[in-house]
Amino acid sequence: MNELFHLPTKRSNMATVNSAYAEPSLGGFSFENCKRNAYMETKGIKMPTARKTGTTIAGIIFKDGVILGADTRATEDTIVADKNCSKIHYIAPNIYCCGAGTAADTEMTTQMISSNLELHRLSTGREGRVCTANRMLKQFLFRYQGYISAALVLGGVDYTGPHLYTVHPHGSTDKLPYVSMGSGSLAAMATFEDRFKPDMELEEAKKLVRDAIAAGIFNDLGSGSNVDLCVITKGKVDYIRPHEIANEKGVRQGNYKYKRGTTAVLTKSVRSLPIDIETTVTGEAMDTS
Amino acid sequence: MCEISKMDLNVTTPASSLEVPLHQTGQYGVKETMKSAEGLSGVKSTLVAAHPLEASEALVRKNRDQVDFTMLRNVQGMHAPLRLQMERHIAGKVQRLPCLHSSNVALDTLRGQDEHIDFNHVLNDPTAPEVMGDPHIMIERRAGILQ
Repeated sequence: MNELFHLPTKRSNMATVNSAYAEPSLGGFSFENCKRNAYMETKGIKMPTARKTGTTIAGIIFKDGVILGADTRATEDTIVADKNCSKIHYIAPNIYCCGAGTAADTEMTTQMISSNLELHRLSTGREGRVCTANRMLKQFLFRYQGYISAALVLGGVDYTGPHLYTVHPHGSTDKLPYVSMGSGSLAAMATFEDRFKPDMELEEAKKLVRDAIAAGIFNDLGSGSNVDLCVITKGKVDYIRPHEIANEKGVRQGNYKYKRGTTAVLTKSVRSLPIDIETTVTGEAMDTS
Repeated sequence: MCEISKMDLNVTTPASSLEVPLHQTGQYGVKETMKSAEGLSGVKSTLVAAHPLEASEALVRKNRDQVDFTMLRNVQGMHAPLRLQMERHIAGKVQRLPCLHSSNVALDTLRGQDEHIDFNHVLNDPTAPEVMGDPHIMIERRAGILQ
C-alpha cells in the first residue's frame, strides 16, 4: 500500500491514519510476541529450546595470577549442539570471563560489557579493573531480573593484583579464591575443596584446574569434550585452547578382534579353483572429431 | 413446509463446529482463533502484561534519574537537580521532524549515555526502524492539526 501518496482528507477513516503513524520507539527488547507465545503454549505447541552450555567452568587464583578453565560442550536439551565451543570470552586484555547458561545470553552479555569497558578505558585512559567489570555485569544482570540466564566466572589481573569473581544470573556476585559454576560445578568444587592451597605454582595450579574440569566432564552429562584453560598473569595472557582433548571422537577403548592362534587349527586343505579368463574388447573407438 | 433433517440430506458437519459455541464460529464453520475472546485479541490480554520485564524496562531510565536527582538534592540542595534538568530539557528540544530519528547528541552527553552501549543500540535500533510513518500525518499530528 503506497501510504506516502495518500493525502488525508476530512473523510479519511482512522484506520488508514493510524497505520500511517509510527510511534517513535526506544529500541531494546521487544515484547510483541510474548502474548502470542504464551497463548500458543497453552494450546500445547512446544517452544524451540535454546542452546545452553550445561557446563563446567572454574577458576582459581594462584601465585602470579588467575587460571580460568572450561569444558567445550554446548547442549540443546539432550543433544550435543557443539562439540567444541569456546566458553572463555574476552572482556579486556587483562580480564577474561567464562560463561554458563544460555549460550546466546552469555555471549551477548560478555560482548556488551567488553564494549562498555573499552569505552570506559578510553575515557579514563587507564587499564580496566576487574571490579569495574564485575560491577557492570552485576548491574546489567539485575536489571533483567534473571531472565538473561548467564552464570559467569570473571577473572583477571589489574594493578591491584589478581581477582576472581562469580556472577549469578540474578545479579549476585561473590569474590573468592576458587570458584566453579554450571551443571558440573559440584564435581569441580569437590576437586577444589580437596586440593586447593593458596599461592600455588603455575604447573600445579594448571593441573588442579584441569582435574576439576575433567571431574565435571566425566561425571556430568551436560559437560564434555575438551578442557580449555586461560592463564592470566600481570602483562600476559595464555589462552590454551585446547589444553587437553579428553574425549577423542571415534577412538574406542577396547578391541574386540581375536588374536591369531586363539582357535586351534585341526586340518587345512587348499584347493585351487579352475578359472577361465576371457577378454573381449567391446565398444567403439574413441570419437576424437 | 415439511422439515428436512440433516440426516435426510446426507450433509456432514465437521466435528469441530459442533463443539464451538455459535458466536465463535467464523466464516467456514470452525473456531476463529485470531478473534476469540480468550486468546490473542481478548480484552484480558491487553490488561495483563505480556512479560514482567515490559513494565520495568519502560521505567528504567526514569527511576535511575529519580534516584540520582533525589540524592543530588539531598546533598547539594534543590538548585542542583533543577539546573541539570533544565539543561536536559533544553537539549531535548533540539529535534528533527517527527518521521526521522534525531541523533540527540547533546541530550545523550548530558545523560552520560554517550559512552555507554546498551541493548537499545543493538536490538531494534531506532536509527534504522523497519516501519516509517507517513511524514505528512506525523507532522500534522505533532502540530495538532490532524483531521
